[in-house]
Amino acid sequence: MALYEHIFLARQDVSQQQVEDLTAQLTEVLAQGGGKVTKNEYWGLKSLSYRIRKNRKAHYSLLNIDAPAAAVAEMERQMRINEDVLRFMTVRVDELEEGPSAMMQKRDRDDRDGRSDRGGFGDRRPPRRA
Amino acid sequence: MAIRDLTTSQARRPFQRRRKTCPFSGENAPKIDYKDVRLLSRYVSERGKIVPSRITAVSAKKQRELAQAIKRARFIGLMPFAVQ
Repeated sequence: MALYEHIFLARQDVSQQQVEDLTAQLTEVLAQGGGKVTKNEYWGLKSLSYRIRKNRKAHYSLLNIDAPAAAVAEMERQMRINEDVLRFMTVRVDELEEGPSAMMQKRDRDDRDGRSDRGGFGDRRPPRRA
Repeated sequence: MAIRDLTTSQARRPFQRRRKTCPFSGENAPKIDYKDVRLLSRYVSERGKIVPSRITAVSAKKQRELAQAIKRARFIGLMPFAVQ
């Protein structure tokens, strides 16, 4: 079976419980198609970089999926019908990430990361030609 | 070859600019991931445009990967398409 990462954005007015119900529903759809969800991350209500269907915020969820293409197609079909879903994206990956994704680790990386590997603007200028 | 010699002699630089290497190649390089907004945001301009690799020194192969990741991040609303 193929491996996928699936991210969906739910409307800002729905509750976290409803998002979890939706996730459970999707998991069920995939299970019926012979697939499974190996990881399920809820990123919470995050603000969007631009407005999507007049929403400024959205509930983000990430699912790691191991399922046949037909099951994923069926799940996507249902996502399109659901009006609480603002947007979704399914990406085929070679291997699924273990452990929390970059989004969840961000907080502990904040202090250590700094701005080391690309020093500000001075460095970004192209080399001057004489 | 002759052209290169000309340019190096004409550009009388007071110091030698060190050739930057690709930040995604070599050991313990970060993985390009569309979810890692912190990493990706270093490769977009203030206007939200993708910075060309000649400035960031990202290799051509990694630049393609990076561009794909930034576009994915934009689609799911993690990064802006344009900043006014």
